Amino acid sequence: MSSTDISVPAALPATPEPRSEAAAPRAPRARPRRRTGVIALRVAIFVVLVGGWELCARTGVVDPFFFGEPSRIVSQLSNWVQHGTQAGSLWEQVFVTLEEAVLGFVIGVVLGVVCGIALGRIQLLADVFAPYIKVMNSIPRIVLGSIFILWLGLGVSSKVALAVVLVFFAVFFNAFQGAREVDRNLVSAARILGASRRQVTRHVVLPSAMTWIIASMHVSFGFALIGAIVGEFLGAQRGLGLLISQSQGTFNADGVFAAMVIIAIVALAAEGLIAVFERRLLAWRPPALSAQDAL
Amino acid sequence: MHSGGETRSGREPAIELRGVSKRFRTPAGSIFTALADVDLTVEPGQFCAVVGPSGCGKSTTLTLVSGLEAASDGDVLVHGKPVTGIGDDVGFVFQSDALLPWKTVLENVAIGPRFRGVARDKAHDRARDWLRRVGLSQFEDRHPHQLSGGMRKRVALAQSLINEPAILLMDEPFSALDVQTRSIMSNELLGLWEQSRPSVIFVTHDLEEAIALSDRVVVMTAGPGTVKEVYDIDLPRPRQVPEIRFDPRFVELYEEIWDTLRDEVQRAYARTAAGAAA
Repeated sequence: MSSTDISVPAALPATPEPRSEAAAPRAPRARPRRRTGVIALRVAIFVVLVGGWELCARTGVVDPFFFGEPSRIVSQLSNWVQHGTQAGSLWEQVFVTLEEAVLGFVIGVVLGVVCGIALGRIQLLADVFAPYIKVMNSIPRIVLGSIFILWLGLGVSSKVALAVVLVFFAVFFNAFQGAREVDRNLVSAARILGASRRQVTRHVVLPSAMTWIIASMHVSFGFALIGAIVGEFLGAQRGLGLLISQSQGTFNADGVFAAMVIIAIVALAAEGLIAVFERRLLAWRPPALSAQDAL
Repeated sequence: MHSGGETRSGREPAIELRGVSKRFRTPAGSIFTALADVDLTVEPGQFCAVVGPSGCGKSTTLTLVSGLEAASDGDVLVHGKPVTGIGDDVGFVFQSDALLPWKTVLENVAIGPRFRGVARDKAHDRARDWLRRVGLSQFEDRHPHQLSGGMRKRVALAQSLINEPAILLMDEPFSALDVQTRSIMSNELLGLWEQSRPSVIFVTHDLEEAIALSDRVVVMTAGPGTVKEVYDIDLPRPRQVPEIRFDPRFVELYEEIWDTLRDEVQRAYARTAAGAAA
């Protein structure tokens, strides 16, 4: 089986050889004056968009009943913060969703890395499992959410399971590809220096695949959140997904948007944590490479 | 004083290839013969250079001796025993950097002993000793990408030599370096080699480098590679690589070997030129 058989560009790094980014010239650090200009423009865009929305809603250009209104979204948020939601305090909802997403993410990443490296290193396993993985990957995995709720009930575990499935494949394909793309020279060198197969995996294959794996982790925390929230749509007693579906049920567009704002904050915070983790783990790379600041 | 070439009776050759061939299946499905019927002997402690046009199977010879690949035909013997896998006392310096970019210089040098089960502290002590010998003591905490090409080569040398290999295989190790760095590195290599005297096969396409370093120069034919001629280099040791090329004996040897090598280089070139025209 060639490596292309089960590779899916779910979350591939921008270039097939991640380290070759080194060659790409990066814009020099923006000068302070230019930087202030950029920030001013960003703020201006925010003001125009949100202000325009507010204005359109107030003047009746768009119907605030369907499209919401920024000021009411803010008051919905403060209402949730002060008085809690129908399902209990807001923090509890955030915590539950976060718990589901983080658990699903961690389990999915660990399983994905282990399976990806194992299949990437052991040709027999890759040959045997390739058709199964292709079939599983072709199923839109969101539909598994219904099965998981039937199996595991309305609690946390069904959402975790859905998040795991979503995260697993993204990480798996990257770990697999990363293990396949290891520099043959490095492997030969390590073997001659006395490395056993396990030592090659531990000291050469895994670190070298790490660039790929981390690239996939950026995407897959998003997948974990999707899994948790969609799972909550399908049936839950707590969580941000539940807030959204309740708001939807009561035609409360502001509630849907307010939940979206919270989810965005959570996702950005997680992205920041992953970036810190990445900088730690990939500290050996030339500086230009660990700068993930662009977007 | 050591003079290469003469067979020391009663001792087994360190490396011996007898009628060795290596064929590869190309992606298109045809068979490509890299080596055909190669006979080659390297005595213990001998520095043997292999020169030949590019693509003549020089590097393939090294992979066979190291045990990374198996020969299609013939016998490959190391210390009289057939090579069945990667040997314990073989070192290999690759043409490209084979340092692990995610490990520091110290960890890279210590990794051979670590792989072989030496405790971390002890391995690091030995690695520091080797870094001192190659003059990189102050750089032990750096990562490979922070070093120059010459420094990386020194790390690679220390990484191989720390295992104290009886056989050292080198595949155009200095070809990526500039000319000055290269002659300095060649000199340092000889200094390190004198300390433990492993048997060396040094593959290069640079005849000057080959003569300056070695006791024996093997000229290979344009592919499929086979041994065309073997020359013993009777230049005295220790040698100073940057100066030795002015030695009249060096010039004599160079002319003699170049006569043989030139035909092969031209044949190889004609082949690639014909390939490009087709």
